[in-house]
Amino acid sequence: MWRSRKALSLQPSRQTMNRTDLPGLYVHVPFCKTKCPYCDFYSVTDTSLVDRWCTALLQEARMYPGLGEFDSLYIGGGTPSLLDDRQMTELILALGGIFRFAPETELTVEMNPDDVTREKLGLYRSLGVNRISLGVQSFAEDEVRFLCRRHTAQQALSALEAVAGAGFREYGIDLMYGLPGQSLGAWQVTLERALSFDPDHLSCYQLTVEGNTPFAGMAKEGKLSMPDDALQAGLFVKTSECLTGAGFLHYEVSNFARGKERLARHNVKYWQHTPYLGLGPSAHSFTGRKRWWNVRDVTLYLKTIHSGHMPVEGSEELSSSQMNMEKILCGSRTLWGINVRDITPPLSEERITGLCDSGFITVEGQRIVPTLKGYLFADKLPLLIS
Amino acid sequence: MKHIRNFSIIAHIDHGKSTLADRLIQYTHLVEDRQFRDQILDNMDIERERGITIKSQTVDLPYIDENGQEYQLNLIDTPGHVDFSYEVSRALASCEGVLLLVDAAQGVEAQTLGNLYAALEHNLVIIPVINKIDLPVADVERVKNEIDDELGLDPDSAILCSAKEGTGIEDILKAIVERVRPPKGDAEKPLTALVFDAHYDSFRGTIVSCRVFDGTVKQGDTIRLMSQGTTYRVEEVGVFRLNREPQKELTAGMVGYIIAGIKTVSDTRIGETITLDTRPAPEPLPGFKDVKPVVFSSIYPIASDDYPSLLEALEKYKLNDASLVYQKDSSAALGQGFRCGYLGLLHLEIVQERLEREFDQSIIMTAPSVQYRFYLDDGTRLDVDNPLYYPDPGTIERSEEPYIRASILIPERYVGVVMKLCMERRGVNSQMSYPTPGRVEVTFDLPLAEVIFDFYDRLKSITQGYGSFDYEMIDYRESNLVKLDILVNGEKVDALSILVHRDNARERAVRVCERLKNEIPRQQFKIAIQGAIGGKIISRSTISAYRKDVTAKCYGGDITRKRKLLEKQKKGKKRMRIVGDVEIPQSAFLAALKTDDE
Repeated sequence: MWRSRKALSLQPSRQTMNRTDLPGLYVHVPFCKTKCPYCDFYSVTDTSLVDRWCTALLQEARMYPGLGEFDSLYIGGGTPSLLDDRQMTELILALGGIFRFAPETELTVEMNPDDVTREKLGLYRSLGVNRISLGVQSFAEDEVRFLCRRHTAQQALSALEAVAGAGFREYGIDLMYGLPGQSLGAWQVTLERALSFDPDHLSCYQLTVEGNTPFAGMAKEGKLSMPDDALQAGLFVKTSECLTGAGFLHYEVSNFARGKERLARHNVKYWQHTPYLGLGPSAHSFTGRKRWWNVRDVTLYLKTIHSGHMPVEGSEELSSSQMNMEKILCGSRTLWGINVRDITPPLSEERITGLCDSGFITVEGQRIVPTLKGYLFADKLPLLIS
Repeated sequence: MKHIRNFSIIAHIDHGKSTLADRLIQYTHLVEDRQFRDQILDNMDIERERGITIKSQTVDLPYIDENGQEYQLNLIDTPGHVDFSYEVSRALASCEGVLLLVDAAQGVEAQTLGNLYAALEHNLVIIPVINKIDLPVADVERVKNEIDDELGLDPDSAILCSAKEGTGIEDILKAIVERVRPPKGDAEKPLTALVFDAHYDSFRGTIVSCRVFDGTVKQGDTIRLMSQGTTYRVEEVGVFRLNREPQKELTAGMVGYIIAGIKTVSDTRIGETITLDTRPAPEPLPGFKDVKPVVFSSIYPIASDDYPSLLEALEKYKLNDASLVYQKDSSAALGQGFRCGYLGLLHLEIVQERLEREFDQSIIMTAPSVQYRFYLDDGTRLDVDNPLYYPDPGTIERSEEPYIRASILIPERYVGVVMKLCMERRGVNSQMSYPTPGRVEVTFDLPLAEVIFDFYDRLKSITQGYGSFDYEMIDYRESNLVKLDILVNGEKVDALSILVHRDNARERAVRVCERLKNEIPRQQFKIAIQGAIGGKIISRSTISAYRKDVTAKCYGGDITRKRKLLEKQKKGKKRMRIVGDVEIPQSAFLAALKTDDE
């Protein structure tokens, strides 16, 4: 299955091999028509650079020759759906020529509702795209405006209808909650509206004020009144109850799937320490031990690649204690939890029992699995566990 | 001997003692100007910053008068704070005269008076010096009146000077020669030398500073420390210039040093009499006292693995500070540490700062305490300076606490606020006198425990810096004492327990609860903080639980970021103390133990 390992080993370790499958490929499209004030993913609004980015990205891809098969390709951003038909076609076909993909590879493209047209969806299908992730965020007009999205709530609804009817294997919806002034009831309406389209997957992100975003500036000036943490906790619990009640699996803090077969295969790799290769500015890659990340600057990215160098900004090789920590931190956020055999030295039984008693975790065989209350304290849980 | 003069400079804090000492050294050309470093005598950082001398240093100033006669002027520097009054008294016992320094703007203050009384007790010649006459706000006439009225000294004998600008220095040196008596003594009598200071030198051991009253001491002699009975062979004697200068011998009237293989400063005592083993003096010099600490608190390392390093630091520190006493202490909340005894609150602060700065220790200090006396129903008396050893209240017949007499000198307009402060602090027996129009000396008997609890700071703030303060220990008096415990989620935090007068218990409890509430971060459960006497809760505050601690997204780069944050938090957790299930950061202990208001 592996042609060669000399340039870079993306072979999963034995342990991860047992659980999941092959490495994933991520492509970062660092462009948006407008910037959303909450978002800290890297993107620029100068779309005149798209063609050069595309050329450079394929050049970067060729810098990793001899890799084995991937079983996921995730085109994210930024806003991948702003690529025009020619650009998207070129990108996907070229990647297919450079890398090898297993049968049934998950091929996801992130889309903005205002980019969705039947023609575009048809093109994506013909290119082998089998999963769409639609950035709806909200169905409430005032919320959509507050988030400065390019689309209206009405557009989101029609986009969803189009995506749902386009015959993709799967599609998922991204929503945001915990917005200033948002009530439990308003959020419930949004959730139910989303459920009415019968999606395979839902990502529900609690609004987080990220550093260096316009919202961070507003928060600093006291112009952003976030819900208090009791309400935030209430919204979180409501989300879980509502979606699990509708048959979804709450498999990661912010992610819900309609059954085990509908997990976002690519994203799961991040949480299970399965190797992945990331291409494009700010993309991260991981071999199972080593992690590296690209420069967070399109121009610098183009220049570096043009001069024949890898656009890598930094890297780290995980020590076993760092690996432990990451396993615990990811396990604290996911349904499959922490395999205690992965952690050395062994965790304190007394602590584990204590955390079980206070309802943060349950123990299932060799696994420590967070409860809903555990999810609510997922950032704290690793400190309580280890 | 008739060309020797031994003198000290005494002054209220900040009246310019160190600057004047520097000028005298500079004037007598002990130091080249280019070498001259301001405030040579105060060579510890803390001393420089606070402008006070903690450890005194002595220096011999060679002076040639206008007739070409050479004199040996021995300046015996004294610590400038009331905590060290015993050390001051031993320095004064080594002199025949003093320069009583008064700030030309501030005038006579509480410590000026205290110093004057001390000098009079030793029957010293007093030369009033009005310093800082260069200041635009200097009021020489008023200060002269105060010297006349408040000190009872001849104002015409005062010398005007600006140590900063170097004016009046010659007049001062002349006055020392003319007015201060030469020392008396007999070099042929058995040796009596008074130890007034001791320093530790890592190469030579303890350097003992002394004044020889009678007899002679030289290299090779065997000396005996009379209070302890220990003997040592003299390796070197000499006098202090800016460095030590070895001499053949020290004889009656001289001030100098002895190096005799004395390992630590704690092997000597300030006020000790040195004599010769072969020909001892019949009587030691008068005035020796074994000084006992009056303020106590425990020191714990912030991270419990730092205990060995704290022990080492204390041992090193102790080499040069015989007045600090310590012994092992342990707390359920803070682990292993030390119970320490200090001469006063300033001494405590000095120890804390030097451990932190010079010895690089991160420490938590528990609330300062005095030594209480508990008379028990079995007829015994228990002296307790550590709340840990508070006896079963059922067995206490009565209890006592130490009192001081405070003397506070203030402009008349502050009488009201100062009286109020002293009454709040359980002051009794107030007296007032009006040494000069517009100025009042208020004396009060106050529990020492009230003075070590933010009294200086309060006095300073309510008198806008015009109030000055001096005190002496007087006696023990009956008091209604209780032990105040602080509980976090029902568990006693032993390091926060204090012994306190019943009337103050509630106020203190409320304060500590509030401060802990502000410093303990919210946790995933509700935290109750309570103040309790015995089983009775007298104050309470609550920290509500936080309800969630999770961030929404976790993709490629987020994992590294989250891991790094966790690594940092894990490190921080080592510095947290766990009481019950509650993580209490070091800052909470520091805030709870802080004595000032803000």
